[in-house]
Amino acid sequence: METIDALYVYIFILAAIAGHEVIARVPVILHTPLMSGSNFVHGVVLVGAMVALGNADPNSPLQLAIGFFAVALGAANAAGGYVVTERMLGMFKTGDKKVSAK
Amino acid sequence: MSARILIQVSYIVVAMLFILGLRSMASPVTARRGIVWAGVGMVIATLVTFITPEMKNFVLMIAAIVIGGSIAWYLGKVVKMTDMPQMVAVYNGMGGGAAAAIAALEFARGDVHGTMMTVLAVLGALIGSVAFSGSCVAFAKLQGLMNRVWRLPAQNAVNFVMALIAVVLGGMIIYAGSADSFGDPMKFKLMLIAFFIVSLVLGVILTSPIGGADMPVVISLLNAFTGLAVGFEGYVLGNPALIIAGIVVGASGTLLTQLMAKAMNRPITNIIFTPITGEAISSGEGITGSLKEVSALDAAAMMRYAQKVIIIPGYGMAVAGAQHKVWEMTKLLEEEGVEVKFAIHPVAGRMPGHMNVLLAEAGVPYDKIFDLEEINEEFPQADVALVIGANDVVNPSARTDKSSPIYGMPILNADHAQNVIVIKRGRGVGYSGIENALFYGENTRMLYGSAQQAVAQVIANVKSMQG
Repeated sequence: METIDALYVYIFILAAIAGHEVIARVPVILHTPLMSGSNFVHGVVLVGAMVALGNADPNSPLQLAIGFFAVALGAANAAGGYVVTERMLGMFKTGDKKVSAK
Repeated sequence: MSARILIQVSYIVVAMLFILGLRSMASPVTARRGIVWAGVGMVIATLVTFITPEMKNFVLMIAAIVIGGSIAWYLGKVVKMTDMPQMVAVYNGMGGGAAAAIAALEFARGDVHGTMMTVLAVLGALIGSVAFSGSCVAFAKLQGLMNRVWRLPAQNAVNFVMALIAVVLGGMIIYAGSADSFGDPMKFKLMLIAFFIVSLVLGVILTSPIGGADMPVVISLLNAFTGLAVGFEGYVLGNPALIIAGIVVGASGTLLTQLMAKAMNRPITNIIFTPITGEAISSGEGITGSLKEVSALDAAAMMRYAQKVIIIPGYGMAVAGAQHKVWEMTKLLEEEGVEVKFAIHPVAGRMPGHMNVLLAEAGVPYDKIFDLEEINEEFPQADVALVIGANDVVNPSARTDKSSPIYGMPILNADHAQNVIVIKRGRGVGYSGIENALFYGENTRMLYGSAQQAVAQVIANVKSMQG
């Protein structure tokens, strides 16, 4: 059990370093899309919510309700985060001639 | 057994896709690709989770995904570009709420064991709840549903007491949890309910006194919070995808928040504990001079015969949807041989980079757009600085007036230009409620009207001067 905890501590530290590195050299113009993108990435909470609901007691309405709530919110975070980020980044076309989109 | 291995391997792949995706989003050229990679990762993660052994309640699960996902997808598709920041706030709050709900469910199932797991579950629940209710308040403020800043008497003391209660309740839960007996189950349940309520209230009272100008930083901070909450709940569930993605977002979000706060020269502690509120300031103190109006014709002439014009767009321009008109005017002036540049304050719009997105949408190429450091020295050489719907970011009080709440914030030195034209809806104070000394300057002229209409008039007048 203790070795597993130590492993998780490594994961925490390495992930924190990765997160720091990822954003260290970002131009200001991409800050908003990047915030939106990282907002999408933590939408992976959906997966956790699915597992939690999947293990909930089918005979406990309370557990099912909380689980349903968690999955619905997680799905909204993921789906909404993706659409919004994709739309924003869609504006940054590198082409020289722009056809004004819709 | 093999299903478990497939799931674990997939989660690692997913985590890598997320990190590479975020990495690609750091450059305008590869940004689009980045979000697609992250999206592929999300689809893999979701599909693979369905084959987790011993799971139940699939009908309910699929229903929740379809309902939550499709509503959010639809709203994300139809929202206007100017309203993006509050949409990000909403989705972020939902993620925080989901993390808190996972903690609640794990506690309800009695599946939280050991000190470390209980500590992280409680922390995740606290942070997730604060992110959830705080983001709802941020949304309400940006959407204009909650216009006035309200402060409790002795706000900081109330914040402190609420935070203390949350910590004490959390501590009691951790103590009961690590004893592994959970004490009296009824008492434990009540403790949990009280803990969640206090956490949610804490999110509301922390964000309510914060003014609109500081909102971008708050959203970014709450985004980092949600990341941490997701990471902590990932540990509770033993799920590496959640841990890695959550902590990466927590770390990058914290750094991004610092970058933003630095751009505004307001330490994060200041933003939370001494918010800018217009009411606290005796307005216009020490500002002399008068507001001088200018007609669209004169404004057009000033710019048409200028060598160099620097445009400073603000949120007001975006709200009026005038960015297309502004770009049309820019092209017109360039045809007449005027050099036109755009100057963007780091916090123009409602989030850093928001204004760049809005200008990009209108078709302004990004080689015409300049950051504060790049352009500030050019203002003395500019014949005209055109301020459209911006206010606090050009307020010279930030340089000179120590009593001003925005003192020390780096600003665009529009007042150093030969002439300043300010397009503004009316005579009121700006979003943060602070009087702007620039508007009373000797060489400043005010062009009243909505940005859309004022720029259209300027365009018409410039055209009439042709030939």
